[in-house]
Amino acid sequence: MSAPADEPKLYGRRAFLGVSAVGLSSLFWGKPVWDGVSGALQPIRNALPASLVPSGWRIYTVAATMPKFEPASWRLRIEGLVDNPHTLTYAELRKLPRAEQVSNFHCVTGWSVKNVHWAGVRFRDLLAAARPRLDGTVLGFVSAEKPYFDTLTLKQAELHDAMLAYEMNGKPLAREHGAPARVVIPEMYGYKNVKWVERIVVLDQVQPGYWEERGYDVDAWVGRSNGY
Amino acid sequence: MATEPLFVRQYASEPLYVRRFSRTERTLHWVHASAFLVLLGSGLVLYVPRLSELVGRRPLVKDIHFDTGLAWMLAIALVILLGDRRGIRRTLRELDAFDRDDRLWLRRIPRPQGRFNAGQKLNAALTASFALLFAVSGLLLWYGERNNSFRFASTILLHDGLMYVSVFVLVGHLYLALIYPSTKHALRGMTRGTVRRDWAWEHHRKWLESRQQPPNSDT
Repeated sequence: MSAPADEPKLYGRRAFLGVSAVGLSSLFWGKPVWDGVSGALQPIRNALPASLVPSGWRIYTVAATMPKFEPASWRLRIEGLVDNPHTLTYAELRKLPRAEQVSNFHCVTGWSVKNVHWAGVRFRDLLAAARPRLDGTVLGFVSAEKPYFDTLTLKQAELHDAMLAYEMNGKPLAREHGAPARVVIPEMYGYKNVKWVERIVVLDQVQPGYWEERGYDVDAWVGRSNGY
Repeated sequence: MATEPLFVRQYASEPLYVRRFSRTERTLHWVHASAFLVLLGSGLVLYVPRLSELVGRRPLVKDIHFDTGLAWMLAIALVILLGDRRGIRRTLRELDAFDRDDRLWLRRIPRPQGRFNAGQKLNAALTASFALLFAVSGLLLWYGERNNSFRFASTILLHDGLMYVSVFVLVGHLYLALIYPSTKHALRGMTRGTVRRDWAWEHHRKWLESRQQPPNSDT
């Protein structure tokens, strides 16, 4: 018999079980802890070259390719239950009253991007010339990325920090973020923030959007929907 | 001759190569490795914005990623089912047990090692638990998209975190297997199954000794 000090120790299974237990339990503590730690890591991130630091964004798309923005031919059509259906060029969109905000972006799958600087047009200003009729209580956003679509009630769209954004962090909206214009509504999860908006249809009732037809909640309040 | 290294005197009459990994072990390794690379590639296309834009076709890439994950689990199960299960159990026992030499080796005190050194044993445990965690978090990401009660805010964080650590470990693994001069011969053990006796003597002496007949016996 070997002395107790020579007995093999079963570290293999302990390592396996330990790492598995930490990993599985992190499903319940991962995000809050990471949110705390990632604030402390910000100085390191600032010191690194920007190209090395993950932006935090993930680019979710539903079609084979992303729409390509051509400034000369791009149009935004506003129609439906309005007295004055009309079409805006990119230049005309940029001439509408400009609003800016810094807000957080939350995806329903669990990732967030903090302090995004947006510039764009509030929906009230965007819709003023179209003159929605009294029964027009819902905005339908048709994306150039087919078949993406979603709706917001007029009330939701008139939240103080909802807008149709055309700039992000001081630059015209990049292609992967929905160039040239996307919905921004920070109080709701990203799937309500329709990218590549090319048509706004004023409706009299809410219609299920792309993800809502696949089981997501129609009212996508951050922290209060989709099982959270 | 007295000037020759010890193993030459002891094993001069033995064949040059010794079998280190069975066919089942090698199949498990390469099934896991190839699935990991396809999953990593498709996963990065889903994760890195610039790659997402370049490649597009997200729904297709998502399907490839998910189906590869399923194929990986199925293939591992098949290899275990159809392979040398007794051998796998023996290997698991080897990987599980850290003897005194292993524990000293982990504290950077050079000690003769078995068929797996203590680092390889830890790597095996880590790889197995990561496989489990990747599978669980991946299935939760997929099913949570369909059923809200399986949606956890931290699932994606776990899946991504596993990816970062795995890539880090993989880089180290590839360095030792392909570049670092004294260890890269190990790759032969994972491709052809056999390694040079002198190399095994150097790196896995206890294993070589335990599988050897006493050096001076007449055979």
